[in-house]
Amino acid sequence: MELKAENISFSYNKKRQILKDVSLSLNSNQIIGLIGDSGSGKSTLCKIMAGYISHYKGSVTLDGNKIPDKDFYPVQLIFQHPEKTMNPKWKMKKVLNESWTPTQDLKDTFGLKDNWLTRWPNELSGGELQRFSILRALNPKTKFIIADEISTMLDAVTQVQIWDALISHCRANDIGILAVSHDPELLEVVCDDILMFNEINNL
Amino acid sequence: MSELPWYNRGLFSNLNLRQKTILTIALTGLILLIIFISGLLTNANLPTDFSIKMQPPSFQHLFGTDWMGRDMFTRTIKGLSLSIMIGLVSSILSSIIATILAFIASTNKFCDEFVSWLIDLFASIPHILLIMMISIGFGKGAFGVMMAVAFSHWVNLTRVLRAEVLQINTSEYVALSKRFGKSKLWIAKEHILPLVLSQIFVGTLLVFPHAIMHESSVTFLGFGLSPHEPAIGIILSESMTYLAMGAWWLAFFPGLALLIVVLLFDIIGDNLKRLFDPSEANN
Ligand SMILES: Nc1ncnc2c1ncn2[C@@H]1O[C@H](COP(=O)(O)OP(=O)(O)OP(=O)(O)O)[C@@H](O)[C@H]1O
Ligand SMILES: [Mg+2]
Repeated sequence: MELKAENISFSYNKKRQILKDVSLSLNSNQIIGLIGDSGSGKSTLCKIMAGYISHYKGSVTLDGNKIPDKDFYPVQLIFQHPEKTMNPKWKMKKVLNESWTPTQDLKDTFGLKDNWLTRWPNELSGGELQRFSILRALNPKTKFIIADEISTMLDAVTQVQIWDALISHCRANDIGILAVSHDPELLEVVCDDILMFNEINNL
Repeated sequence: MSELPWYNRGLFSNLNLRQKTILTIALTGLILLIIFISGLLTNANLPTDFSIKMQPPSFQHLFGTDWMGRDMFTRTIKGLSLSIMIGLVSSILSSIIATILAFIASTNKFCDEFVSWLIDLFASIPHILLIMMISIGFGKGAFGVMMAVAFSHWVNLTRVLRAEVLQINTSEYVALSKRFGKSKLWIAKEHILPLVLSQIFVGTLLVFPHAIMHESSVTFLGFGLSPHEPAIGIILSESMTYLAMGAWWLAFFPGLALLIVVLLFDIIGDNLKRLFDPSEANN
C-alpha cells in the first residue's frame, strides 16, 4: 500500500502560511523519518495526513483513493502529548479498548502492566500513557502510523524498547511508519530513509 | 477561610472542609426529606371543626387554625410537601431540556445558532410572565405549573452546558475517537455525558429553590394550582382575606416555612457546587 500526500498547502490564518506544496509518499513496508525545526509545521502536516484537518489544499490518498472519513481511519496519528488524547473521566481499560482489544502478548511486548488498567489517566506517567496511545493505534485496520515525537518523554532504554516493539509489530503486519523527531540519532537507527522538512516544504 | 458562609462556621469547626460540606448537605437533605415524607403521609382532608376556628398559635395548634378550624401546621407541611414534589419534577424536567438542547447545539452551526436564539428569547421574557403564560397554556393545575416552571428555568444550565460541550468537542480525545470511527451519538454518550454529569446534577439542585418560589407565587396569583389543592400559594392567597381581621398567623408561618425550605435547598445546591468544583464556587 502507498500513502501519498500531494501538493499540500495550508495556513491556520491569513497572516502566515505554514505548508506550501508539500509532497511525500510512503510505502507500507517503509519507515520514513521526518526532521525539521521547531514550529516549522511538522505536526500540522501529520494532522493533515491523519485526517484531523480537512480544510487544506492538495490531496492525501491511499493507493490513489481518497480516504473515507466515516469509518476507522487507516492512517493513525500518535500524539506528542498522550494525556490530552485521553478522557480524564475514563479508566485506562476503557481508554485502551476504545479502539480495539489488544492481545496479552502485545500488551507484554510494550510493557503495559495489568494494574495500570484500573487507574485514571492522571495517575500514570507520560511514558506509561504513551504505551497506551501506541497500542490503541495498532488496531488491525491500521495501515499507516504517524508517530509525532512519541518518545521525547522516555528515557533512552525505554525509548529503544518501545521503538523495537513498534517496528517489529509494523514490519510483521505490513504497517508503514512516518516518524517525526528532533533527534537525528534516533531516526538514523529506526528509519529506512530520512526527509528534511525544510526541503520538502516550498516556502 | 472568612469567605465561608455562616452555616459552615463554628459548631463543627474540628471537621475538615470537605467533611463539613458533606455533613451540611446530609443534614439539610434529611430535614427536607422529613418534611416531604410527613407531608405525603398526612391526610389531605383535614377534620374541620368550627368550634376552634381562627385560633392564634398555641401548643395544641403550633401555627394556629384557619376559618374552618383546620390545623395550620399540618396544612403547611402538606403544602410544603406538594411544593417540593412539584419543584423536584420541574427541576429534573428543566435539566433534561437543558441537556438535550446543549447536545443539539453541538451537532452543527445551524443548530447552535438556533439554540442561542432560543436562549436569548427565553432570557428576555420576565420569568413570572413566562410562567403564567405557559401555565395557562397547559391548562393550569399541577401539570401546568410543572411545565411552566420547567420550560422557564432551563436557560442558565443550557448556557453552561453548551459552552462545556463545545470545549469538550474540540479536545484531542474526541478528535481521536472520531478517527476510531465512533459515531457522534456514541461520543456524546460515552465521552461528553460523563464529563458534564456533575454539572447537570448541581444545575438541577440550583433550580430547585427557584422552582418552589415560582410555583408558590404563580399559585398565589391564581394562575397555578387550583384552590382545593393544599398548596402553600393557596394558603397564602386565602390568608389575605383574613389578614385585615388580625389573623396574622395564617400568612406568617406558612410564608416563613416556605422561605426556610427555599433557603435549605439553596444551601444544598451551594454546597454541592463547592464539593464538585471547589475552584468555581468562589466566583
Ligand atoms: N491551532 C493552531 N492555530 C494557529 N496556529 C497554530 C495552531 N497550531 C500550530 N500553529 C502554528 O503553526 C506553526 C507550526 O506548528 P506545528 O505544531 O506544526 O510545528 P512543529 O513543526 O510540529 O513544531 P515542534 O517541532 O515544536 O513540534 C507554529 O508556528 C504554530 O504556532
Ligand atoms: Mg510538533
